[in-house]
Amino acid sequence: MATREFAAHESHAHAAPQGFIRKWVFSLDHKVIGLQYYFLALTAVFVGMFLSLLMRIHLIWPSVALPLIGEIKPETYLSLLTMHGTIMVFFVLTTAPQGGFGNYFLPIQIGAADMAFPVLNMLSFWVTFLAYLVMLGAFFVTGGAPLHGWTGYPPLSALPSAGPGEGLGADLWVISIALFCIGALMSALNFITTTLDMRCKGMSLMRMPLTCWAWFITAILGLLAFGVLFSAGILLLLDRNVGTSFFVPLVTVNGQLAAHKGGSPLLWQHLFWFFGHPEVYIAIVPAMGLCSQLVSAFSRKPIFGYKAMVYAMLSIGLLGFMVWGHHMFMSGMSPYSAFAFSVMTMVIGVPSAIKTFNWLGTLWGGRIRFSSPMLFAIGFVSMFVSGGISGPFLAQPVLDIPLHDTYFVTGHFHLIMGVASIFGIFAATYYWFPKMFGRMMNESLARWHFWFTFIGAYAIFMPMHYLGMAGHPRRYSQLTELNYLHALVPLQKFITYAAFVTIAGQFIFLFNLFWSMKFGKKASDNPWEATTLEWTTATPPPHDNFGGHTPVVYNGPYEYSVPGAPRDYVMQTDPTTVAAH
Amino acid sequence: MASFTTTVSISDPSTVLGRNDIPPPTRDGGGDDHFDYGSPDFPVRLRRARLGLAVGVTGIVMIFVSFTSAYLVRQGLPTLDPRTDTLVHDWLPVQLPRLLLINTVVLLISSVTMELARRQVAREATLAQVTSIPGVSLGREDKIPWLALTVVLGLSFLTGQWMAWRELAASGFYVATSPSSSFIYLLTGMHGLHLLGGVFALLAAGAASLLRRPVESRSIVLDVTGWYWHFMAFLWIYILCLLEFAR
Amino acid sequence: MGLVLLIIIWLITLVSTYFFVAKTWWLPVGASAAAAGIDHQFATTYILMGIIFVAAQVFLGLFVWKYRDRDSAAKARYTHGNNTLEIIWTVLTFILFVGLNLMSSSIWASERFRPAGPGALQVEVTGMQFAWYFRYAGPDGKFGATKPELIDASAGGEAAIGLDTTDAASKDDVVTGTMYVPVNREVELILRAQDVIHSFFVPAMRFKQDAVPGLAIHMHFTPISIGDYEIACAELCGLGHYKMHGMLKVVSQAEFDKWLAAREAEKQ
Repeated sequence: MATREFAAHESHAHAAPQGFIRKWVFSLDHKVIGLQYYFLALTAVFVGMFLSLLMRIHLIWPSVALPLIGEIKPETYLSLLTMHGTIMVFFVLTTAPQGGFGNYFLPIQIGAADMAFPVLNMLSFWVTFLAYLVMLGAFFVTGGAPLHGWTGYPPLSALPSAGPGEGLGADLWVISIALFCIGALMSALNFITTTLDMRCKGMSLMRMPLTCWAWFITAILGLLAFGVLFSAGILLLLDRNVGTSFFVPLVTVNGQLAAHKGGSPLLWQHLFWFFGHPEVYIAIVPAMGLCSQLVSAFSRKPIFGYKAMVYAMLSIGLLGFMVWGHHMFMSGMSPYSAFAFSVMTMVIGVPSAIKTFNWLGTLWGGRIRFSSPMLFAIGFVSMFVSGGISGPFLAQPVLDIPLHDTYFVTGHFHLIMGVASIFGIFAATYYWFPKMFGRMMNESLARWHFWFTFIGAYAIFMPMHYLGMAGHPRRYSQLTELNYLHALVPLQKFITYAAFVTIAGQFIFLFNLFWSMKFGKKASDNPWEATTLEWTTATPPPHDNFGGHTPVVYNGPYEYSVPGAPRDYVMQTDPTTVAAH
Repeated sequence: MASFTTTVSISDPSTVLGRNDIPPPTRDGGGDDHFDYGSPDFPVRLRRARLGLAVGVTGIVMIFVSFTSAYLVRQGLPTLDPRTDTLVHDWLPVQLPRLLLINTVVLLISSVTMELARRQVAREATLAQVTSIPGVSLGREDKIPWLALTVVLGLSFLTGQWMAWRELAASGFYVATSPSSSFIYLLTGMHGLHLLGGVFALLAAGAASLLRRPVESRSIVLDVTGWYWHFMAFLWIYILCLLEFAR
Repeated sequence: MGLVLLIIIWLITLVSTYFFVAKTWWLPVGASAAAAGIDHQFATTYILMGIIFVAAQVFLGLFVWKYRDRDSAAKARYTHGNNTLEIIWTVLTFILFVGLNLMSSSIWASERFRPAGPGALQVEVTGMQFAWYFRYAGPDGKFGATKPELIDASAGGEAAIGLDTTDAASKDDVVTGTMYVPVNREVELILRAQDVIHSFFVPAMRFKQDAVPGLAIHMHFTPISIGDYEIACAELCGLGHYKMHGMLKVVSQAEFDKWLAAREAEKQ
């Protein structure tokens, strides 16, 4: 198989850099940049998780004094939830699947030597990194981190007098988000150009692995969405610091008339959610693509309905821009537009359902191997269903009346956008770790990690739906004030205990990750017997990905168990090909 | 059902039919068939840079689309004045400084010089391939410094915008005076920042020329900056129309 | 491994569904005219989604167990999908989802498309960090003027919403911290916010609406059973968000009249 798969063609330039700084810090290599993004997200996810743990502790033991941190005050709780949300959404769910794995594997999977614009790629990462530092910096300034939630609704987010943390902390928050937008826009530009212009010979669009489709569509969403958030951030920054009134009407805060008039708080919500809803898909679509890839590879079956999957992702991307109003049913927006948004929202449920059917269709009649990536892929499908079916509740404005801004929403978006995407990230880590580091991750540890996370995530987020139905509002730092919440405290306690156990389980992963880098079993070039291009090259891939050759593609991405083939998988580069059926 | 054939050899991949009858390695269905490993050739790099620019411009367009929608919403939406309990508009129409017209003309001229600079270096890049053949000489080309001229005009435009700001402020319209003036400062400022990016790209290209870098790289930078510059001119006209006709 | 997955997935499904079916935690008992319709729509959605949820999880568990890799297993089926199936399930989900949505639209229309009826009791609700104030127009049926300059939150009551006492219409305005409404009479709320966005949420009334600075939002509901109901704030409004609550007391018309008269008398 070895070199016959490649069209013999010598590489000219693009020599690997030698020094440490050029090789690992200011690297132009998409693989190194991918790892940089990945490890950025890894630190971010542990920070975010730690914040959530503090929140859970505060909820059920409001006055306990923690070592080093002391007692958590109600406003600190709100800072924690703001930073938890912001860090998780931007620096984990947007960063790891796209910036991390997308950067590393998109060029390899389409048979390219690098991204289209390596310098821009490096800049994207460093701008994102800077944004991360600025965001963390908000914790350490006077007043602390902002308390306006990750959605940052003005006037709360626009007026320094509206609460502690709304001073410099909130400025840093907005600046960090604006920086992140710039990084994300540059990255999207790179992804789109690379996908359109750098596919190797034979890699037609309809032969791209679904992961590549997912990264491509995510990049388009990012390109169209982050500019809007950037604009909104600039407007908010001006309102905060220059005294303009884009979002702030005449208000009296803390007994003082603020120096604004005439602004529209709803304008921010429209701009924010025009970004915010596509952002949900930016987080989940890469996981969808990856999960399709894994379900096919580990069932040893071609993906069921490849084209349907592509069209489903495309229509999710398109419809994702037409549903932002469903976050605003109770905001004072016109009830007529609420109705229109709700219909569109229901329609977007259709392609999501199609994807689920196709995953089940792929499993059906397969020969499933339960390697750790597959466990997480199955977990993803399960979470995607569970998080998805609460969507049609919230999409109906009528049901949004009792459910909006309750824990039902918290449960819904954590399952589908948080946990499902995180399952995608875990699956990707277990799947591609051998290619990235040349060693296998420990399989038993991976299994333990899966059981902890799978059962734990359900134990945390399922009960939140019950809380929401009982009318428990989100973002309450204490449960003592509303009488009807008292009855719900046991359920809150259960969630906190479940969070302890689940978070403990994550250290299995952390240990496994670093231990396996050093001591894992040596990996072969294609340990999963998968078909896509990254498995044709050396492990880890050479600097130019294919060692001076350009692959030529003859087959679709998921040719498993082809009748008559010598093995149960046919590489994309295998010139002996599968005839039409 | 499917069958598996092992008879086709790699030397003739074009005869192989993939499933769904996509002929595998063809020019238009697949990626490009230039084996552009390492240092791709000039047309490929140019095409890629232009594609990147088009995508990047889309991102910038989204930024200004959202500013526009914010502009129209903020302008059209009355808010409740708690003093009178009535819905009021607080939008004061602003008379745009005349200077903006002069600035517009300057920017449009710079767009022309930019185009000439772009063509100049594109010709150089084409000729460089010819003149690199020993013994071929084409004599001296006219060397009007279109690039430098564009930079000067671009900076004049920015200075002009600054002066227009001063004029606005002198007539009592500061950033926070009225949403209308906020938007004028915002839109002109954001446009100016983007144009400044173009100026820096031109300066980089100029520096590359002084450092005698390969003409191809310079040509690509100038080409995409040229298109970017035209986009900036177009964007400015759009902003001006918005500010003038949707007052 | 396949069997373990099957058992765990089925178990999770069973436990989750049990608590939904047993209604261990459920919407509070409805106390407004709209509650029955909303609850019915909730139940319909819940049954349909419940069926999909259980079916999907059951098949997921079943498939991973049945089609696990083992020596005796047949080779995986080589298929790239089935267009007929794709079309069928696309159409079915489309009908289900959009149909479900249209079913609920009549309730939404009656709640939000039409204004309150002519006989409705008007109550102005003002949200501020971190309290709710309620204003009744009094016998003249007119709300007096308010002025932001007059706002003094620490004084509470009329001063907290900045009531201009020099205005003739404000002479008989009653401002309270507890909301009283008569049973079986439509209530028209005029929602305002003084500083940041708040959200007026009464779970038992199936009522929620944001109060937004710069807007006066008119909404209505009809309480149908006498009792005390808690009002919560459902939009993050600052550090005291969790304690921004109020009480809604639904009383008989006679009792309401008595209460309002007593408040008027206090003012004199």
